[in-house]
Amino acid sequence: MRGLRELCLAPAAAVLAALFAAPMGILAAYSLMTRGAYGGVATPFTLEGWRRMADALYVAVLIKSFVVAGISTALCVLLGFPLALFIARAGARKNLYLALVMLPFWTSFLIRTYAWMFLLRDTGLVNTVLLGLGLIHEPLPLLYNWGAVILGLVYGYLPFVVLPLYASLERQDPALEETAADLGARPVETLFRVTIPLCAPGLRAGAMLVFIPCLGAYLTPDLLGGGKTILMGTLIQNQFSSARDWPFGSALSLGLMALVTALLWMQARRKGETLP
Amino acid sequence: MGTVLELRGLSKRFQEQVALDDLNLCIGEGELFSLLGPSGCGKTTTLRLVAGFEEPTAGEVRLRGESLAGKRPFERNVSTVFQSYALFPHLTVRENIEFGLRYKRGGDGRRRVKECVEMLELGDKQGRKPEQLSGGEKQRVALARSLVVQPDVLLLDEPLSALDPNLRSQVRAELRSLQRRVGITFVFITHDQEEALSVSDRIALLNRGRLEQVGSPRDLYLRPASRFAAGFLGPVNWIDGIGVRPEKTRIEAAAGGAGARRMAATVESSTFLGNCLHVETRTESGQRVVAEVARLDGVQSGQRVEVAWAAEDEIRLPE
Repeated sequence: MRGLRELCLAPAAAVLAALFAAPMGILAAYSLMTRGAYGGVATPFTLEGWRRMADALYVAVLIKSFVVAGISTALCVLLGFPLALFIARAGARKNLYLALVMLPFWTSFLIRTYAWMFLLRDTGLVNTVLLGLGLIHEPLPLLYNWGAVILGLVYGYLPFVVLPLYASLERQDPALEETAADLGARPVETLFRVTIPLCAPGLRAGAMLVFIPCLGAYLTPDLLGGGKTILMGTLIQNQFSSARDWPFGSALSLGLMALVTALLWMQARRKGETLP
Repeated sequence: MGTVLELRGLSKRFQEQVALDDLNLCIGEGELFSLLGPSGCGKTTTLRLVAGFEEPTAGEVRLRGESLAGKRPFERNVSTVFQSYALFPHLTVRENIEFGLRYKRGGDGRRRVKECVEMLELGDKQGRKPEQLSGGEKQRVALARSLVVQPDVLLLDEPLSALDPNLRSQVRAELRSLQRRVGITFVFITHDQEEALSVSDRIALLNRGRLEQVGSPRDLYLRPASRFAAGFLGPVNWIDGIGVRPEKTRIEAAAGGAGARRMAATVESSTFLGNCLHVETRTESGQRVVAEVARLDGVQSGQRVEVAWAAEDEIRLPE
């Protein structure tokens, strides 16, 4: 039995080792080297890449990334909770609504982001309609700004909040809300004293599933922000492309990853989960 | 004794299915009243209509003379102890018990919490979470939580069914004495006739959404109004339209005893049940008659005997 178990785990372990551990090792090695003249890396080994991260310029980008990811996560939760509650209470229609929430996954995220550009640009649908109706006289600057970036992030990651929240709400014993009402609590009080506290695990999971990818998002800030919005993701990508500073890019990647891991670990410890 | 809870022509239909059909009941102040019946008889629907979780299709619920029509659960001064106890898992025992306090104006809430905690012996459990409690403790927390808000009527949905069988008779007695102490009207929902018989002041027997009979435990057991009522409250031998309970049926080895109704029968089997002997017999007309007797000396399977009973023990159904 033991042998069989290990045999079944072996392919997954091999994939993880080859596609996860090895690139991480390469990234770690690159981060300690000198930039090559035309990209790539060269010797000697140095800590320069890691040292540059403390530069005020890059710390500002990191803070900005946290703020944008935080705002996007908050909006996702605010929009996602009522939606998840609605779906969890929808009875027979539940599965239909869940399928609708997941429908966007059938198209590439890149295509969907381009679609937003067509909607938001100066000659896009929104501006055309508003101009046509005479509500505005010149196009609204909807694209290539922070608003567009946050809109894109919220749009892209909303399902990741809705699904865990839905799972939490669906599992809840309806007798708990009935008991609250029975003891005199109005619906709003029941919501804040029973329903929301009980779906805290789903809320945390959903928030993490949004916050972490938002922190490192590259595609959305690049396309909808139009290069004017530098976040961690775009900064790292720049190091590997136009800036041709692979060691710094590698150091930034690992640094961000370490920071997120540390935050998650601290949060989990505060919740009293057993961790190494 | 005034009426606290009155159900007038209460009916509930779910789509095509009739869950409750024209139920009329008056439940008195301080009464321990049971709604008894098999699953699907409408007892849980009745509870949900009284608590306000469902709206009746017809009829109304009146509490202390006032109609509850259109009132939502938080506006009704009734409280429910659910079968699952429905303790809030994210709150401690103390926080659970205090939950309804802020919605209850007047009176000394702190003192009531203290009283309920003491009465239900939860003093040393107050800091625990529900998951750390035994079934019996959970039930006591649910009771305390409901009693703190001083309801006019406390509804208990199958309060014993989730408990360990060994505990049931003890908890049954405790519920009874708790009800006497607090003096609040309890409406007890159960499918277990023994439970209903042992705790209730009065029982309403429901069947297929209709009221079958209402009365004291004694009335229901000894003078059932229907064949269903007689059978639901305990086993009955139906002999030519007359009912006799097995424990009132005797087995006589010698024929021709006097002063009783009797009938010739053959013993088919006898089973020792500890507190009695369960004897199955068949009469000459092929009727099965069961007797529960203390002892049965010298009678074997296949032996011809007489089954006998006293006339006053016969169950006669109203025509």
